[in-house]
Amino acid sequence: MPTTDTRSHQGHHALAAARWRIAIILTIAVVVLYFGFILLIAYAKPLMGALVAPGLSLGILLGAVVIVGSWISTWIYVRWANNNYDARLEALKKETAR
Amino acid sequence: MNAVLLQAATMPVTAPVAAAVPAAVPAAVPATAIGQPNTVAMAFFFLFIAVTLGITYWAARRTQTTEHFYAAGRSISAAQNGFALAGDYMSAASFLGIAGLVSTTGFDGLIYSTGWLVGWPVVLFLVAEPLRNLGKYTFADVVATRLRSTPVRMAAAYGTLSTVIFYLIAQMVGAGSLIKLMFGLSYETAVMIVGAAMIAYVLFGGMLATTWVQIVKAALLLGGAFALAMLVLAKFNMNPLALFAAASAKYGDAVLAPGKLVSNPFDTISLGMALMFGTAGLPHILMRFYTVPDARAARTSVFYATGLIGFFYLLTFVLGFGAMVLVGPDAIKAVDKGGNMAAPLLAEYLGGTPFLGFIAAVAFATILAVVAGLTLSGAAALSHDLWTSVVRDGKARPGEELKVARGATLALGLIAVVLGIVFKGQNVAFMVSLAFAIAASANFPALVLSIFWRRCTTQGAVASMVIGTTATLVLIWLSPVVQVDILKHEGAWFALKNPAIFTIPGSFLVGIVVSLFTTDQAAAQGYDASVRDMIDGANAH
Repeated sequence: MPTTDTRSHQGHHALAAARWRIAIILTIAVVVLYFGFILLIAYAKPLMGALVAPGLSLGILLGAVVIVGSWISTWIYVRWANNNYDARLEALKKETAR
Repeated sequence: MNAVLLQAATMPVTAPVAAAVPAAVPAAVPATAIGQPNTVAMAFFFLFIAVTLGITYWAARRTQTTEHFYAAGRSISAAQNGFALAGDYMSAASFLGIAGLVSTTGFDGLIYSTGWLVGWPVVLFLVAEPLRNLGKYTFADVVATRLRSTPVRMAAAYGTLSTVIFYLIAQMVGAGSLIKLMFGLSYETAVMIVGAAMIAYVLFGGMLATTWVQIVKAALLLGGAFALAMLVLAKFNMNPLALFAAASAKYGDAVLAPGKLVSNPFDTISLGMALMFGTAGLPHILMRFYTVPDARAARTSVFYATGLIGFFYLLTFVLGFGAMVLVGPDAIKAVDKGGNMAAPLLAEYLGGTPFLGFIAAVAFATILAVVAGLTLSGAAALSHDLWTSVVRDGKARPGEELKVARGATLALGLIAVVLGIVFKGQNVAFMVSLAFAIAASANFPALVLSIFWRRCTTQGAVASMVIGTTATLVLIWLSPVVQVDILKHEGAWFALKNPAIFTIPGSFLVGIVVSLFTTDQAAAQGYDASVRDMIDGANAH
């Protein structure tokens, strides 16, 4: 018969799995973003030198996108973890304590 | 591309070359106060020293236990730690090196602005929270939680100390060259001033003083770079695109496009891997997560740090192209072949000698803060991991570890000064990327395997750390940066300038294979019983 403790234990594992899933998806996104940028520089030099606006080459634009995109990825994670993960973890802890 | 980045990474190293051969400098040397004793620079610099020593005095009275010495009593807030992480990470290389590279090569320099940032999301997603939930003072605490402490800590200390020593040498040599170039002080005097100030911060004020030195430095560096960028943009209707357009009008469209830097994609990817995964293995960065009260603060602090560092690297776009247009690549290279004086020259052009003095002092403060963080993390590996856990088997007398930590700080500080003087004039540029490669190949895989993989054994983690560190050291030795650039041999046995593309997967593979061939019952049981929950924060304090 499952006790409250094992049930909350399973709850923890499910919650932890959700967090790792998000963490790994975001890690892969950043890896693709950065190494995609590097590969474009290595193999598509003329494309990266093309101007998308006066003074703005695609390369400069994508460089800024890599920086801002990395920061946004941390924002997505922190927002989810602070609002969602912590609250659900607290709820599980209360359940265990009861 | 590596060689250029490496120059960028430890840019001040190239300074003595230019300084030592004034005859080679063309006649068109711009009128500049760089290299002259600069009263304003001296005043700002001594003000910085006075303020940080004041902070150290204040912090020293609050640093009575190991918990304070290593972790500032867990009292640092998320925002404060965000600034301190940024301060620990942004070296003078980022500021002067990247600005110089952009001003002389254009777009190619910006490749580094992105590379130095992308490690931070990895730090956040994979290591920051488990580290805070599981560890006490060092990253070895995490790996040793459910594995056998003694072998794990010895292996971790090997990786940590290798990382710290190479990073320290590069910074000390950079500091000596930079200060010589900017203030006209002798190289040895400069290295000793840096060593003495850094020892004072860490020895007396521990992590609390070190943290506040980082915060002051980060604010100064960001403030200085922001002011400089605004002065540049004021000349271009506050429009960065007008600045880039002016650069391409003056020097051709090529400055906005990739150039010669990325000639060997494998080299570039290998370096990118070292930067991306090395950040999550740098001992002085990881140690900062113990200074905050909980995992939530640890995670939030990375968000702040990534924003601050990313903002800074975006500013380097403006500073680099600003220096290119307003000062000119030839004038910049006339002062320093490596281009490292681009930002100071730009400051002088826009704000005269006083602003030059301010920026010079900021660059100095930048180096000082980085070496303080490195020394503290090295001292923690020596005292917490090697002395207390290995020599004393975890049973040190009360107060003993703190004494050992202070002794280790003094010893490491003196070693840094001696090595800084020994390596004077040497090309130590490869050492920063070496430090990142070791961190990525030795510390990061063991950390990830022990956190994520139940089946990881003591033998697996130890093998991964020892072989990761050793393989990186050996491959760097066999690579062109040592064999060709330093030993002047014809060719090198190992073709790549950075080994990370082999050593990171190799180190993971060694850890996995050795774990599969060994059994560590206690490790798996510990993982199920409590470690997994602790990693996720389920029963963290």
